[in-house]
Amino acid sequence: MKADAFSLPADSGCGAPPEREVLRERGQREVFCGLTGIVWLHRKMQDAFFLVVGSRTCAHLLQSAAGVMIFAEPRFATAIIEERDLAGMADCHEELDRVVDRLLARRPEIRQLFLVGSCPSEVIKLDLGKAAERLGAKHAGQVRILNYSGSGIETTFTEGEDACLASLVPVMPASAPDAAPQLLLVGSLPDIVEDQFLRLFAQLGIENVGVLPARTADGLPAVGPNTRILLAQPFLGETAQALEGRGARRIDAPFPFGAEGTTAWLKAAAQAFGIDEMHANSVIAPGRERAKRALEHHREKLTGTRISFLPDSQLEVPLARFLASELGMEPVEVGTPYLNRKLVARDLEQLPESTRISEGQDVDRQLDRVRADRPDLTVCGLGLANPLEAEGLSTKWAIELVFSPIHGFEQAGDLAELFARPLRRRDVLQV
Amino acid sequence: MQLSVWTYEGPPHVGAMRVATAMRGVHYLLHAPQGDTYADLLFTMIERRNARPPVTYTTFQARDLGKDTADLFQRAARDAYARFDPQVMLVGSSCTAELIQDDPAGMAEAMRLPCPVVPLELPSYSRKENWGAGETFYQIVRHIADRDVRPAPRDGRKPLINILGPAALGFRHRDDVREVRGILDRLGIEVNCVAPLGASPADIARIGAADFNIVLYPEIGDSAARWLEREFKQPRTKTIPIGVGATREFIAEVAALAGVDPEPVLADGESRMPWWSRSVDSTYLTGKRVFVFGDATHAVAAARVAKEELGFEVVGLGCYNREFAREVREAAKLYGVEPLITDDHLEVEDAIAAAVPELVLGTQMERHIAKRQGVPCAVISSPVHVQDFPARHSPQMGFEGANVLFDTWVHPLVMGLEEHLLTMFREDFEFSDDAGASHLAAHSPSRHAELVSASSVPKAPAIQEEDWTPEQVRGDDEDALWTAEAERELKKIPFFVRGKAKRNTESFAAEQGRAAIDLETLYDAKAHYAR
Repeated sequence: MKADAFSLPADSGCGAPPEREVLRERGQREVFCGLTGIVWLHRKMQDAFFLVVGSRTCAHLLQSAAGVMIFAEPRFATAIIEERDLAGMADCHEELDRVVDRLLARRPEIRQLFLVGSCPSEVIKLDLGKAAERLGAKHAGQVRILNYSGSGIETTFTEGEDACLASLVPVMPASAPDAAPQLLLVGSLPDIVEDQFLRLFAQLGIENVGVLPARTADGLPAVGPNTRILLAQPFLGETAQALEGRGARRIDAPFPFGAEGTTAWLKAAAQAFGIDEMHANSVIAPGRERAKRALEHHREKLTGTRISFLPDSQLEVPLARFLASELGMEPVEVGTPYLNRKLVARDLEQLPESTRISEGQDVDRQLDRVRADRPDLTVCGLGLANPLEAEGLSTKWAIELVFSPIHGFEQAGDLAELFARPLRRRDVLQV
Repeated sequence: MQLSVWTYEGPPHVGAMRVATAMRGVHYLLHAPQGDTYADLLFTMIERRNARPPVTYTTFQARDLGKDTADLFQRAARDAYARFDPQVMLVGSSCTAELIQDDPAGMAEAMRLPCPVVPLELPSYSRKENWGAGETFYQIVRHIADRDVRPAPRDGRKPLINILGPAALGFRHRDDVREVRGILDRLGIEVNCVAPLGASPADIARIGAADFNIVLYPEIGDSAARWLEREFKQPRTKTIPIGVGATREFIAEVAALAGVDPEPVLADGESRMPWWSRSVDSTYLTGKRVFVFGDATHAVAAARVAKEELGFEVVGLGCYNREFAREVREAAKLYGVEPLITDDHLEVEDAIAAAVPELVLGTQMERHIAKRQGVPCAVISSPVHVQDFPARHSPQMGFEGANVLFDTWVHPLVMGLEEHLLTMFREDFEFSDDAGASHLAAHSPSRHAELVSASSVPKAPAIQEEDWTPEQVRGDDEDALWTAEAERELKKIPFFVRGKAKRNTESFAAEQGRAAIDLETLYDAKAHYAR
């Protein structure tokens, strides 16, 4: 399991700020499990198939989370464990082989297959690693077969992407020891956002840029001591660690939300690659100005409003930073399922002192706090949003923040709009 | 293992949640891993409930596995009791907790909670949602019903009944209950309790006071009703009042059990459906081929309405819940079709393609299958999406329910006049193969422009009659040989009857032993099958 907190590395160049007090809670957690990551990962990796080995509950979850997309012959499915599979392990592996053979025969265009572990498969200790190896040898040359766990007992929501990307790290090609410095952009982003960033890196003069996850199996970038990694998402602790294990070094930066976040993120990369500061400023300035203009539209509505985040995706700290420092909102409580102090250090240090940071959850107690705080806006999951609205508390449902393009300059206005819309709607409705 | 992309039913503990959420004063403590709380959003989003479902999850994580999970369970039980003050607690396991072999029932009993505890054994690896709901309701009734409560002597009092089966996340349960209550009102029958929807444990305790039970949804209410029949000698109704005919039979059945006169209610003539269906505007509905799939109760009822009240031809009938397969098999005999009992949507898709229906009545899944196949469709059963939990009154049962069925099922069909126009102007670009059904145009608006421009461009030269070779005219069917001319003629037939025409012609050709299907064969077949 993960350690509760990292200490800041000595070379991080920021002194050692006093560690913020964090409210840690343990109780009922109202969160998705890591399987949910499949819903966006399968769209990003266009030749990958995700086969969950789990129960009917897992299939039902994916179906509920994927909403209407499931009817478009999606590239994910569940091998539902049945009573007879539980009787003997040997049968379970045979059954899995049969299911995979049938699947690959039906979908010959698949180049990567992820066997995704679930709570039931973890609890019965079905060795999916071994299964992936066995099946990988059998289908070698046609399909790469990997495994990771998206189980609820081990992963929360976006941590499923972390586990998936970490499983890709060992199969990334090694870059030559004397290769030119390479920038590795890590975290699945909507294609449009990824392309914007790649254009900016090119304009900055960073030429050798890899992206993880790649859109296809054979696009997997190389990694080695010449690689500097730039995280686009805060929930990628395990992936970052695995990449560091292969010699790559992480660029410390806040996350690219809003005009300031994106600026600092790009500048950190430019600095790591020794790009001339004047040049970097001239590349960044137009986007930054556009982002600021777009944010201006929402400032009036949002400034001074109070917001609470319930834990969901680990995006909470960077988003609260964006709302506080760029739109003048007041974060009351920022809850996160897991606080990776090292990765979100640059965002965390910019949150107001008055903001309560909480890690983990006891949902009933947390809701008591929301009711006592009465924030203007509560960011929460779909299981809580309507009930809170019915209590007169405006909400913004959190998963939209994972499914919408929100990173970078051109999306800054859209990101602010996501928070402004529920407030505007509350004001506009006369019934 | 079963390879599954889409499931008609959730796991059985979701069925238990549907019962707990339907009731008042009940709290469900579910031993489940982190993540299983996803099911809450079915209730808060699809059914748009304004409160969280009364469910506490232990949400154990990997670090809790071992003896810690039992401790976690007991702490969660204590906290839930203190916070929610339930009159009754349900305790049980989800699929993962079933594997780690904690014993929620034993642990809850050892705690001596100050309220009745109903333990639930829901085998997740062999049973599903509907079964879970039925079992949960049965266990609640069995544990809570006060055995000393019996009907008061009749002495001129009104008959008293229970309505069993409606639950949370039920397809139109809310409005069906209102509709059925209206019928009972007019019959002079009083309702002792509706359960599980809206019932409290106190209501369940007094369930024995009723003279008999009305079972609206056998999937959820049947086990409990059978038990009440044995233990409390309460008879139960067997007719499901979906459709005008079934509603009339239901009224007669209920009136007989209650000892009241059904005639005033039967004579009411409240439903517009019989007249709508008899009006000449509906003549074109005669013999339309309809494929029916859903839960057993709704599928069987829909097939009857389709055949007897709208004059359709039932060309397929099936259900996904094996527990009620017998009812579907029996109904399928009435229509001379092979019953389809499966929870594999790919099998359903194949069956629909093979039956070539003109209308599909099914679940949300069949809606999408039908959309892909370009066939009109209406939803008659769970599972359904948010749009089938409407704001407006929209029952399936009773006379108003029949009105709703008529509108809902006829709406997706091509209108009668439109159908004639299509036959007159057969090469209309808007109704070509590529355009699909008119009611689906919203999904591909750009096709219109494309087709308009395509129709003005000269087409690739057609193969001359004398040039054709068997390879060139080989159709989808390996054995059927269509000449180019006949194939072109076939394409002039409107898409919604073309499948039938093609199939009929091919079987006619096979019967007659004709080697190739030419224009002559096409029209001979048309004459042969003329109705």
